Amino acid sequence: MSTVTTTPEAPKASGSRRPRRTREVASTVPMSTFLWALAALYAFPVVWFLMSAFKPGSELFRYPLTILPEDPTTAGFELAWDRFDFFLYFSNTLAVAVTTTVLTVMASAMTGYALAKYEYRWVKVFFVCILATTMLPTEVILSPTFVVIRDLGMYNTLAGLVVPSILTATGVFMFRQFFVSIPDDIIEAARIDGAREIGIFFRIMLPMSRPIIMTLAIFSFQWRWNDYIWPLIVVGDERKFTLQIALRSIVGAENIDWPLLLAASTMSIVPLVLIYVVFQKYVMNEDLNAGLKD
Amino acid sequence: MAITATENERRTAPRQRRGAAPRRVSYRSAPLALAGVNIVLFGVFFVWPGSLGLIYSFTDYTGIGTFEFIGLENYRNLFGDPTFYQALTRTLLFAALSVPLMYVMSLTIASLLVSNYTKGKAAAKIIFFFPWLISPIVAGVIWRWMFGESFGFVNYVVTRLGADPLAWQTDPDLALMVVVMAGTWGGTAFNMLIFIAALKNVPRPYYEAAEIDGANAWQRFRHITLPSIAPTSFLVILLSSLGAMKEFAMVQALNGGGPGTSNTFIIQYIYETGFGQAKVGYASAVSMILLVILLSIALLQMWVNRRRAA
Repeated sequence: MSTVTTTPEAPKASGSRRPRRTREVASTVPMSTFLWALAALYAFPVVWFLMSAFKPGSELFRYPLTILPEDPTTAGFELAWDRFDFFLYFSNTLAVAVTTTVLTVMASAMTGYALAKYEYRWVKVFFVCILATTMLPTEVILSPTFVVIRDLGMYNTLAGLVVPSILTATGVFMFRQFFVSIPDDIIEAARIDGAREIGIFFRIMLPMSRPIIMTLAIFSFQWRWNDYIWPLIVVGDERKFTLQIALRSIVGAENIDWPLLLAASTMSIVPLVLIYVVFQKYVMNEDLNAGLKD
Repeated sequence: MAITATENERRTAPRQRRGAAPRRVSYRSAPLALAGVNIVLFGVFFVWPGSLGLIYSFTDYTGIGTFEFIGLENYRNLFGDPTFYQALTRTLLFAALSVPLMYVMSLTIASLLVSNYTKGKAAAKIIFFFPWLISPIVAGVIWRWMFGESFGFVNYVVTRLGADPLAWQTDPDLALMVVVMAGTWGGTAFNMLIFIAALKNVPRPYYEAAEIDGANAWQRFRHITLPSIAPTSFLVILLSSLGAMKEFAMVQALNGGGPGTSNTFIIQYIYETGFGQAKVGYASAVSMILLVILLSIALLQMWVNRRRAA
């Protein structure tokens, strides 16, 4: 990925040779300051948002604004829980995210293995098709996708939210890259020992791919938890809304109920933050992430 | 990365095929069984709606009942429709503004996070990555809250500094600026990770040699780092351009494409004509145009990338 395409030109020597230690300090202070100024810029919208969620409604719009709530309260959260049916939307979203994640990991592992270890022409063609799906995302073909969902009888159902999201190019690609790196000798040895093809996959290959399983599981959970477009097409019944659709319905109202919106949005982030805290090493593994995006 | 990988494999493919020839006969059904689920899903949720979209774009379908073929009528109407042009040019403007900003921000942050001269990198990385966890809808809400015209924090600061509050919601161009900022904020995390991986792969000796030769930090960045990470830059720009053209959810929560319809992007346009006005045929024609645009962006950038590499 990082082949050097041009050799660096030798720049003119500038002659200034300060002692190394001084130069290091001189660079560290401004660079660290710059880094943390940017970090503050990126953190501020979230900090401001979280702090506002703990303010009582009367304080939200009262000048002068203060970053810390003067009179912290959880009234907004109670409101979201009682009046907004937060738990219902939360369970709907959780059901969709968990089911899809389990299925997507299985399907991607099996397909990735097939694409990596079998040398048929149709396998190669299918790999190109999978890559092509990144060019034709659901967003682009909204109306025809809706017609397909409707004709399959999946409108307003859990299946409608789960089944179409199982196939992801990213997931298949991650597993394929992993299985390509596994030597074929292992498969040959298992074949000689009389193992069947499907058995080799489930007993030997799948357990080896644990890091990929973890990473894709976290990715998939995040995609489904935060997804807006599929639930928007598939679900019309308010009792079946996912969190994102429900939140959108608060924002779309004529008069936005800010205390409710702030609290409900904050609560909707919590599961992903927990997952991130626990599984950080799988999420921030740059070697795996390179080249993946959904 | 995906594209580069397939290219590499295409080159080595003949050698592998010869080695694999003997087992061709005996294991024919196994890959079919393994990939079967995704093959069916590919057919049902990509080929089927894709073909339907192409067919509908030549009809007057409304989503229910029967439809008639009307030839190129939808496309002809489309090219005479000012609202379509507005949505398209607004989306292109958004992409033209947000892609360079996204590129500069993620590369700057990634460079600082691999630099030897910065402190607190681990904590800073978590902060920069955090927006990845936040859904487009919530991100839109967060920025709407910051940039509220009469209650937002930004206008509070602006008025405290003695200026008049800015019309972040009612001025079309300022509203677009907020969308650009929010989009960059949300998209930096992932691109930053991709850049960090690439920057760590640039061979150290190049920098050491350049430093001995007296190259300053900017010269090292310009003549060593940038050429070394060119393939990654290509990937980030490609993915961000495609992402920008498909921007939808965040804008829905941020300002709903407003004020009025001034910031309606192309996906929202497709959604509103297809679902709101039940003009499925017309919306499908827009979809096909968008598809052509996305393909052109990908092909153009691949062509540029190949010329650079050659």
